[in-house]
Amino acid sequence: MSTTAKTRIVGAPVPRKEGIDKLVGRAVYVDDIERDGMWYGTTVRSTIPRGRITAITYDPRIDWTEFAIVTAADVPGNNHIQLIVADQPCLADGTVNHCDEPIVLLAHPHKNKLREGATAVRIEYEPLPAVLSIEESERQDLIVWGEDNVFKSFLLEKGNVDEVWAHAAYIVEGEYRTGAQEHLYIENNGMIAEWSATGGLTVWGSLQCPYYVHKTLKAVFDLPDEKVRVIQTETGGAFGGKEDYPSTLASHAGLLAMKSGHTVKMVYDRMEDLAATTKRHPSRVRHRTALDKDGKLLAMEIDLATDGGAYSTLSATVLSRATLHSCGPYVCPNIRVRSRAWATNMVPYGAFRGFGAPQAIFATERHMDEIAAQIGIDPVELRRRNFLHQGDRNATEQLMREPVILDRLLDRALAESDYYAKRERFARENATSPVKRGLGLATFYHGSGFTGSGELYLNSLAGVEVTADNKVRVMVSNTEFGQGTNTILTQIAAEALGLAFGDVTMAPPDTAVIPNSGPTVASRTSMVVGRLIERASLQLLEMLRSGAGLGAHASREEFFAACDRYRATQGEVKSLCHYEAPPGIYWDDKTYHGEAYGAYAWAIYLAQVAVDTRDYSAEVEDFWTVQEVGRVLHPVMAKGQIEGGVAQGIGYALYEKVVCQNGHMANNQMTNYIMPTAADVPPIHVIFEEIPFLHGGYGAKGIGELPHDGPAPAILNAIRDATGVSFNAIPLLPEDVFAVLAARELAEEPAIK
Amino acid sequence: MSECRSSITMRVNGESCTVIVAPMKRLLDVLREDLRLTGAKEGCGEGECGSCSVRMDGELVNSCLIPVLQADGADIQTVEGLASNGTLHPLQECFLACGGAQCGICTPGMLMAAAQLIERNPHPSIAEIREGLAGNLCRCTGFMRIFESVLAAATQVQNPEEDKADHAR
Repeated sequence: MSTTAKTRIVGAPVPRKEGIDKLVGRAVYVDDIERDGMWYGTTVRSTIPRGRITAITYDPRIDWTEFAIVTAADVPGNNHIQLIVADQPCLADGTVNHCDEPIVLLAHPHKNKLREGATAVRIEYEPLPAVLSIEESERQDLIVWGEDNVFKSFLLEKGNVDEVWAHAAYIVEGEYRTGAQEHLYIENNGMIAEWSATGGLTVWGSLQCPYYVHKTLKAVFDLPDEKVRVIQTETGGAFGGKEDYPSTLASHAGLLAMKSGHTVKMVYDRMEDLAATTKRHPSRVRHRTALDKDGKLLAMEIDLATDGGAYSTLSATVLSRATLHSCGPYVCPNIRVRSRAWATNMVPYGAFRGFGAPQAIFATERHMDEIAAQIGIDPVELRRRNFLHQGDRNATEQLMREPVILDRLLDRALAESDYYAKRERFARENATSPVKRGLGLATFYHGSGFTGSGELYLNSLAGVEVTADNKVRVMVSNTEFGQGTNTILTQIAAEALGLAFGDVTMAPPDTAVIPNSGPTVASRTSMVVGRLIERASLQLLEMLRSGAGLGAHASREEFFAACDRYRATQGEVKSLCHYEAPPGIYWDDKTYHGEAYGAYAWAIYLAQVAVDTRDYSAEVEDFWTVQEVGRVLHPVMAKGQIEGGVAQGIGYALYEKVVCQNGHMANNQMTNYIMPTAADVPPIHVIFEEIPFLHGGYGAKGIGELPHDGPAPAILNAIRDATGVSFNAIPLLPEDVFAVLAARELAEEPAIK
Repeated sequence: MSECRSSITMRVNGESCTVIVAPMKRLLDVLREDLRLTGAKEGCGEGECGSCSVRMDGELVNSCLIPVLQADGADIQTVEGLASNGTLHPLQECFLACGGAQCGICTPGMLMAAAQLIERNPHPSIAEIREGLAGNLCRCTGFMRIFESVLAAATQVQNPEEDKADHAR
């Protein structure tokens, strides 16, 4: 095993593989592609959250012969997006279940004719009552999906919570809410499609998961595998927002290409992307917790609800991850988590970095501070008393086989932030200052890879190939969208093969070339796919040794000479490996017990905030992150992942509010959906403690999602520390702070007689 | 739809070019569609994100907000003009070394804003960098690697020999 061995390339700050192309403006994103004779597409969408379509009419003042027009009737195959449950129409057929649902597609040779065309399509409806919140859905007096509005429910039980309440020293209850959050990748969704009756369909686009798109296109167009080709273009940010939605957009562009007989490009503008594509699931989590007199957890009863929107998309798996992360990195003998994803008539929610964990962890970590306050324990100490350690079992009774170093991470965070001295100083200064400062922390873990048996079902295939011109290329369907896939996977292959970083490239992200190594989601690329590339590379060396006389400690020249000899006899030099689960993994999908994840990344995040009681603004002044993510494959990119995730987490906590009016996003512009800018982000300190994980690529675990989990609870805990007020919902905007603090000030002022 | 077209002459990345386009066409679209310089990107179309930033007569502008008529006779610099004769600009080198680019979509605009900043202020403090880049949104990096890249580039521009020695380690 190579996890503790010295490495040449893994762990080194090699330059980003596609970095120069991005820096000189040469990287090709979907909207940078123009083709001769290309047409442009647009979408006519529903303007009501629920209803029956009674008529679609086309304004006779428009020359419609210039346009290609597509409706559900033009779909040659199955009019549904192929996700977990195929319930979401590719195009609305007779009914609409949310605002901005696609109904009619138009294409025209001139981009500037599209708006005129789209506004000249009139959709008439018979409106139906709509469900627009978790509370309205769970009343179940109006059923908008299935038999009970429930996309998915889970019950996770350990021990017996019911026997605990009677003799617990403390019982603490709380309710916590999180809002929707927009990914706000700077590149909007976009796709180009080309159709031919003989060749089938090819799409180029901004996307995370080529084989997800492939699966949907096969169904929508009723085509066999080889007649559908999906090619990822350079992708300008994704964060989960290009996990499921590209399947819809690729279908739309494909339908227009088929109908018009031309290549068709569809690129959303910002307003359309914000209004029509997925966002993070809003949540409501209720905690009831029993503790003994020393502050040790005795029972956790958790009721977790998410708003899934109008179609199921990925709500079931988001709920699963939320459920599994809802008990935190703590030891608790008695647990009951009931969770449900509710159907509403909101635009469907989908994957977003963290995938349910940020919602669950916000509630748990906010609740830990409420517990600490109510029972009179230091919040640091409360957590320390309940931490999981190696040999303990978590909520699903998964044995913590690997070292767990939460105490060490916590000590480091406290020391780096000068926690106790600062708290003392802030307490002193806050008494007389209109600016109240505070510190807050969050302790959490994040499971790497697909949940439970998910990786076994995926059965990923990945590897390396040496082409005839002696280029080594990594063969994966895992895509680059900023996180560093290209760089870390080529580092791993070069390391294992004994080659230079420059000797290895990525095979093009094209389903005609690459095997299906699973989606680029769930913090699985470095751990799961990285391990596959490591194994496949070592297997390739073995093939060359036994099949082409490659000697030990071979030089670069000898390696490529052996490749030539192998190719002469075997035709190709290619080594692919299937996923193999680490030994001893057991997961029961029915009872939700066992090894929920192959590995966990662990972290302590600590926020310093200043709340100005004159303008009610809350500002994050400093932020410390201490984490254990296994081996760090690339020190600069790993830091970049953490810092970027923290900035998004700060936005989630304090800035980013999706305002909806009758189910339509009202602030669907960058002008009024506010994310943190260069002027807003605090210094973000990133500290890694490395414990290589035996079954990850060169010891790596997942890193991408972890940093979105901690900031929101740490920040709101710091605000409580600063003001003494518990805020239990995010986003927390100045007006929300005002509502509470102003009321408190009013109550404290002597009444004017 | 107006059929009116104007002849617009600009110097783009040092080369004179003339296009005949609708006078209200956005400078961004003229660069991308007529001149096939696709480095500048459209992120929002309303001057909020800065990914379409280019320099016009030495000023940083959002090219999505400039009708091309306004750029007639102007000197335009885009990201494609930042490297010279195949040599990366110090900012590009430092963005590469310090992790200033992730997905890359904001990078062309960010580089132009950074170029403007260090040209005007060769010794920017972190606070000045924050202010100088506040009009350019990056969703990937959390800005820390970008600040580090700009600081490193400013040092390199000031002390090119010293930096070469540093790189030769």
